[in-house]
Amino acid sequence: MNTMNDASDTAVLLSLRDVHVHFNTPNGVVRAVSGVSLDLAVGETLGLVGESGCGKSTLGKAIMKLVPIAGGEIRIEGSDIAPLDRRQLIDMRRKVQMIFQDPYGSLNPRSTVGRSVAQPLTLAGWKPDAIAERVETLLRWVGLPTDAKQRYPHEFSGGQRQRIGIARALALSPKLIICDEPVSALDVSVRAQVINLLEDLKGQFGVSYLFISHDLSVVEHIADRVAVMYLGMLVETGGRDQIWRSPQHPYTKALLAAAPIANPKIARTRQRTVLQGELPSPLDPPAGCPFHSRCPIAQARCQAEKPVLRPVGGGALAACHFV
Amino acid sequence: MALPLEVRGLSTTLFTRRGEMKAVDGLSLSVGAGETVALVGESGCGKSLSALSVMRLLPDPPARIVGGEVRLNGRDIVPLPEEGMLAIRGKEIGMIFQDPMSSLNPVATVEKQIVEVLRAHTDLGRWQARARAHELLELVGMPDAARRLDEYPHRLSGGMCQRVVIAMAIACSPSVLIADEPTTALDVTVQAQVLALLKKLQADAGMAMVFITHDLGVVAETADRVVVMYAGRKVEEATVDELFETPLHPYTAGLIGATPVPGAARAERLADIPGMVPPLNGLPQGCAFAPRCPRVMERCRQERPELTQPATGRLVACFAAERG
Repeated sequence: MNTMNDASDTAVLLSLRDVHVHFNTPNGVVRAVSGVSLDLAVGETLGLVGESGCGKSTLGKAIMKLVPIAGGEIRIEGSDIAPLDRRQLIDMRRKVQMIFQDPYGSLNPRSTVGRSVAQPLTLAGWKPDAIAERVETLLRWVGLPTDAKQRYPHEFSGGQRQRIGIARALALSPKLIICDEPVSALDVSVRAQVINLLEDLKGQFGVSYLFISHDLSVVEHIADRVAVMYLGMLVETGGRDQIWRSPQHPYTKALLAAAPIANPKIARTRQRTVLQGELPSPLDPPAGCPFHSRCPIAQARCQAEKPVLRPVGGGALAACHFV
Repeated sequence: MALPLEVRGLSTTLFTRRGEMKAVDGLSLSVGAGETVALVGESGCGKSLSALSVMRLLPDPPARIVGGEVRLNGRDIVPLPEEGMLAIRGKEIGMIFQDPMSSLNPVATVEKQIVEVLRAHTDLGRWQARARAHELLELVGMPDAARRLDEYPHRLSGGMCQRVVIAMAIACSPSVLIADEPTTALDVTVQAQVLALLKKLQADAGMAMVFITHDLGVVAETADRVVVMYAGRKVEEATVDELFETPLHPYTAGLIGATPVPGAARAERLADIPGMVPPLNGLPQGCAFAPRCPRVMERCRQERPELTQPATGRLVACFAAERG
């Protein structure tokens, strides 16, 4: 696969091959993720972008083994996670952790912050003394006061709760943190604090991020490489600058053109092609290329034949017949 | 001629068990025909309560207007009784909210909801109103408009629901449109469609628009003028170009620094604003922004800065900006 090229000179931390996730619903099978192949290198931040229902969060959960995969392979440091039993899974989760959009919903409201942050350590069999020391270190790293230990989640603001979530994710020194819309619920000024914290921690500990977000400005700021999803499929991947300077897939182009830019001069002078229509239902995706129903350059072939990812220059890959 | 909307010294207070909180404190703003004024700030800054005050839709209790005027085409509507407001809402002033699903009646068809607005404010007969409802849906770019008339809201996507809400808001050609985070719940490609639609409708009808948002990207794309709010008060007002080029208030500068701009020269770190927005019942004595401000002076902690016009002629409430 060509995706290997992107990460060939460094060690591959996470490798996805033809991953499928299906959900059975009363109205039929939803193919939330269909055939995604991706690599993430050690120390890399990969931005995973797309609109609601494109499967980006489901893919993140599949990597955590929170949802079962219907096909394909997920490897972390080379080992397939599918056959892992309970004990091996705990071991795997030392390496991979996750933080969520709603930090309040992901913390136990009846547990003190200290206990929540300590939980992964307890599960990993740490001794109480070592745990207490580690919790204090973690809280300091994420910029929370040490007395936060005895307090409850409701006493904290949204930004502080996200810091608690990050502290817990860092507890066992993971190699990869899956960040699922971690700043989407935060106010602008606090959002910048959390983004800066994530970048600082990366510099300090060399952790990699799979950064899932619908906010393209944030992804452009934080990611080294970007993967764009549409209706469960990967439509384009490439280096951050490559994607922003010369997006190839018509959907990536439309997505970038639609993202508001916080600069009136740039906003006025750039091209604006407003994409028509809305996302098709994932219950009944279009045949052929999933994007053809909204694509400005679609032709007859797109309705019949599903395009595959292929190199389009500059190390980028795009799934389109006409680029 | 009077401006479509002129707000002067509007104050709205929340009367709660934990005391009185000044949610909106002496807000003034005016919007001309065809103009878009963005009201910007973070959660709890009072931007949505300002909009609800202007519409006289405040939840009372606990919120009540305690001072100021809201002049709609020259007439102060603050003293009007509710019956008077019923005749005005939807006719002279329209409103679009963040969550289109909850602004629509789930057990009424799209057609019925639009017809209801038309019948309340115009002399149109039942059939004329139905025809007009169809026209309005076409106007707001509803795909397959004729068929959608008979649908219930749950059958429509978020973007389509927001189009229905917009159709209802502009049904009687109001002179003022208030849009409170109208695209925040929408996907980015649908957001672009709705923003383009609002701009076009506004240009065609010459509506005055107040656009409330926390998203500086949306501000840069839509606004002519911007009013920045912090802790219930206006801290800066400027044209959109002035504001982004030379923000005067440290809070405005902080918001802009904290927002990544793709394509612009990349800063290594985002400029974050330390701390968080203070609670309304725990505002500091002097300037509300002083505890987070990089340019804070001793005076800021004692005394609250009023809006003034330093040399540039722009409005800002900051002692440091006054000194230049």
